[in-house]
Amino acid sequence: MSTEYEPVIGLEIHVQLATRTKMFCGCALSFGEPPNTRTCPVCLGLPGSLPVANAQAIHHGLMIGMALGSELAQRSIFHRKNYFYPDLPKGYQISQYDEPLCLGGRLGDVRLTRVHLEEDAAKLVHVGASGRLHASDASIVDFNRGGTPLAEIVTEPDLRDATEAAEWLRLLRATLRRLGVSDVNMEEGSLRCDANISIRPVGTTGLGTKTELKNMNSFRFIERGIRAEVARQERILREGGEIAQETLHFDPRTEAITSLRSKEEAHDYRYFPEPDLTPVAITEAMLDRARAALPELPLARAERFEREHGLSADSARLLAFRTELGDFYEQALGEDGSRRAEPQPLANWVANELVARLGADVDPADSKVAPQALARLVALVSAKEVTQGGARQVLDALVAQGGAPDAIVAAQGLGAVGGADELDPIVAAALEANPDVAEKLRGGDMKPIGVIVGHVMRETKGRADGGEITRLVRAQLGL
Amino acid sequence: MTAITDLTARQAADAIADGHLDATELFETYRARAAADDLNAYTWVAEQAPAAGAPGPLGGVPLAVKDLFCTEGVPSQAGSRILEGYLPPYTATVVAQLAQAGAPLLAKTNQDEFAMGSSNENSAYGPVLNPWDRSRVPGGSSGGSAAAVAAGSAPWALGTDTGGSIRQPAALCGIVGLKPTYGTVSRYGMIAFASSLDQAGPLTRDVTDAALLYRHMTGRDRRDSTSLEHPETIGLPTAQRLDGITLGVPEDLTGEGIQDGVYAAFEATLALAQELGAAIRRVALPHADHGLSAYYVIAPAEASSNLARFDGVRYGRRIDADDLTSMYTRTRHDGFGPEVKRRIMLGTYALSSGYYDAYYGRAQRVRTKIAQDFTGAFGEVDFVVTPTSPTVAFALGAKTGDPLAMYLNDYFTVPISLAGIPAISIPAGLSEGLPVGFQMAGPAFSEHRILDAAFALEQAIGFDATAARTAA
Amino acid sequence: MIDREQVLHVARLARLELSEDEVGRMATELSSVLGHIERIAGLDLDDVPATTHVVQVENALRADEPEPCLPREVALANAPAVQDGGFLVPSPQAPVTP
Repeated sequence: MSTEYEPVIGLEIHVQLATRTKMFCGCALSFGEPPNTRTCPVCLGLPGSLPVANAQAIHHGLMIGMALGSELAQRSIFHRKNYFYPDLPKGYQISQYDEPLCLGGRLGDVRLTRVHLEEDAAKLVHVGASGRLHASDASIVDFNRGGTPLAEIVTEPDLRDATEAAEWLRLLRATLRRLGVSDVNMEEGSLRCDANISIRPVGTTGLGTKTELKNMNSFRFIERGIRAEVARQERILREGGEIAQETLHFDPRTEAITSLRSKEEAHDYRYFPEPDLTPVAITEAMLDRARAALPELPLARAERFEREHGLSADSARLLAFRTELGDFYEQALGEDGSRRAEPQPLANWVANELVARLGADVDPADSKVAPQALARLVALVSAKEVTQGGARQVLDALVAQGGAPDAIVAAQGLGAVGGADELDPIVAAALEANPDVAEKLRGGDMKPIGVIVGHVMRETKGRADGGEITRLVRAQLGL
Repeated sequence: MTAITDLTARQAADAIADGHLDATELFETYRARAAADDLNAYTWVAEQAPAAGAPGPLGGVPLAVKDLFCTEGVPSQAGSRILEGYLPPYTATVVAQLAQAGAPLLAKTNQDEFAMGSSNENSAYGPVLNPWDRSRVPGGSSGGSAAAVAAGSAPWALGTDTGGSIRQPAALCGIVGLKPTYGTVSRYGMIAFASSLDQAGPLTRDVTDAALLYRHMTGRDRRDSTSLEHPETIGLPTAQRLDGITLGVPEDLTGEGIQDGVYAAFEATLALAQELGAAIRRVALPHADHGLSAYYVIAPAEASSNLARFDGVRYGRRIDADDLTSMYTRTRHDGFGPEVKRRIMLGTYALSSGYYDAYYGRAQRVRTKIAQDFTGAFGEVDFVVTPTSPTVAFALGAKTGDPLAMYLNDYFTVPISLAGIPAISIPAGLSEGLPVGFQMAGPAFSEHRILDAAFALEQAIGFDATAARTAA
Repeated sequence: MIDREQVLHVARLARLELSEDEVGRMATELSSVLGHIERIAGLDLDDVPATTHVVQVENALRADEPEPCLPREVALANAPAVQDGGFLVPSPQAPVTP
């Protein structure tokens, strides 16, 4: 019987902050402009230039720390992290080291180590062989991204498998999006994740040698990357090998894991306090401003949806973790507590029908569907004035051109065929038209009832309620 | 009749204001002298006078600027081969500020590479000669600025001081050099050597010129986080006496290898100060003797990081290679001179894993002790005074083979730099026919009082510097 | 004090190529300077805070207001090698399979 292993995973998340300008200079943040058009002496690292920290980045850092329940440092300083790389114009990155902005904290079941601020590196584009450089492999450096403010969020090694890690990261992303401190777009690199991974025999508590899996840019790759690295480590240990502490790259195309640095390059970052920047001393005014800017966070919102609206846990999380859906749902419900519709059906209509029509990435606030209109539609369904099927058609119309549900129902004749008076003759006609089916039903075989229901639906153009039809069939047949 | 170049900057500014002197003529006179300089004091000289505009409070008196300051479109090479031909796209705050106040850029001056040196022999553009004796060094690292002012080819100059780089060359060239309180002059656009120590200051013919230039250099710059507003207005000095002032002579800073002639000039200056009414007493600075040790950890450590940006990617010299690491290492091997390499190595070592606490960490604590020593001393005396340099100007090549001997030149200046406090060096007589500097340091932001006291002493000393000017 | 191996290690960290001659000279010179520096090892510095800044300035922050950037041709003007609007460099080493 071979040893069972348990993964121990910690995450390091880099979040680009949604400030207007860079961390240490007045260059506007870049959104796909031509290379090297968003630079100045500071972010190009020209001789003689000096950094000055962006107050808004510190404000965002404090909001993150507050949201994650961190201890906010009274005094915080920047360090220089020294290493050479073409995407690093000064030969050092200005980052925080042993006096970060925020220490500790927790989000969900995962403890946080710290949150600190730093500057992003530039972009390096590989261009293959270049005649200019002795036909060797060349790269081009674009400093537009260089100096973008980053918050680095470091967790304790509290995660135990790849799925859990991806799930937690979704929660973090929802929280950051809700805070409004970042675009948190993984594809565009505004949210980047490294994972520290080790494994240990189940039942033990020590920590094995860890590796660092760098820069995974989607939730799917994170899950697959961590799974692949855990498998690689298990294989090595089962074969009697040793894990080397190193930095790794996961190629999602080939599932291959490669080492980013050779041993000779073992890092020695020679951190020391940045003499060009003075300490940040957090004032009461700064704290007040950050506190005032804090919205209700996804976990708290999900709990409130469950507690106050009686939503299922799944619905509550779904709406709370997608801020824009939660906002639409609450507006539809009526923020004054008026409850324009039943919460759970409304939640279902937002999360399922509406999202299916708009597409997963569209904010419903940007659509033609007014929140009140959706609430009215759900209320009509609940009152059986419109059937589910009819309501879907109404929603189609709302998505296409907006408007009020009642008007659409009236204009398209989608009002439910109400009560027995109107339906009775139609049901009778349907039974008459299908004598064989009526016979089976009388004999207790209910399977073919769909034929009758379908007939009635056709006759009423979908305006009749299926449950009501069934009730009338049973009544007329004396069942 | 007095030649134009015999006027101090202040006298020239006054003459221009009174209409006795034309600013363009003054600029042209100095431009011609700078262009004809044979001390190798300059790395660039303006080709024409600036278009006449409002003269400003500095009257249009042209300024020589150490090459360490970035000047837009004008070579700014910091004495290094790695920046050969570098044309910055912007101008240092202090240079722009002075031009605005009426001191237009005359020339860029030679210096030790990246301000690392005490003799100006570490310039990639050749050593600067001392106008008092061309076989000797002018001191460093602002040696070009000091020699230019002493030789009368520039009315005044801008230098930088990290561990003595304004005061020591001023002393060795027989002029006035002021190292201001750290933070009072913007460092933006000053190519960094050691960020927590670097400070720009004036090199001038007399104390009045130093006060005049410095008062227009100060101010908080939003581009330099470490800059601050000077709490006092710097007026022109007027004191004739030193009554009520106590000068402290540090008993722990006796120094190694102080020359007899230097010591004699120092003692004579103290006697003059007493005649002017000053009291002299000994004062304890128990950790100052460790200043050099702390300095030669902190400055190289910061320098090793500041100079990492010279990597051949965005500007400056590059030695092409097929792989990135070779491009870096060859570019830096070829671009940096021996002293710069030495300090990068020293600083990298002091910050490296396993050595940080023993070197950098300890040095910063020594720095705290030294600053506390000065605070204590200024509770008892108004100024701390020492010789500026233990020796007069030494012969070219005399110390290039022994880095440690060279570093000992900074023995008296370095502790003051570590404490971040202001100090002035004024000429206090000759020894072996060469100038001796007298250093006076005060508490943070005491520049005005230092300048005032130095002015009184200067009048009493009556140092005659014409020998250096006529030699040219 | 500091030997050849240490000199080579530090030179690697600092991305400095040193000739054989320079390595030897560096070891001697650095040892001499470090010998002087090590006098501070004897000082009692317990409970002494480190000085990183001599000025007592805090929160010298910048408002989040955009300022003009350099025109690209100015940003690239001093570059030793340029291609497609960027700074051209030899590619960093490719990753290796562990």
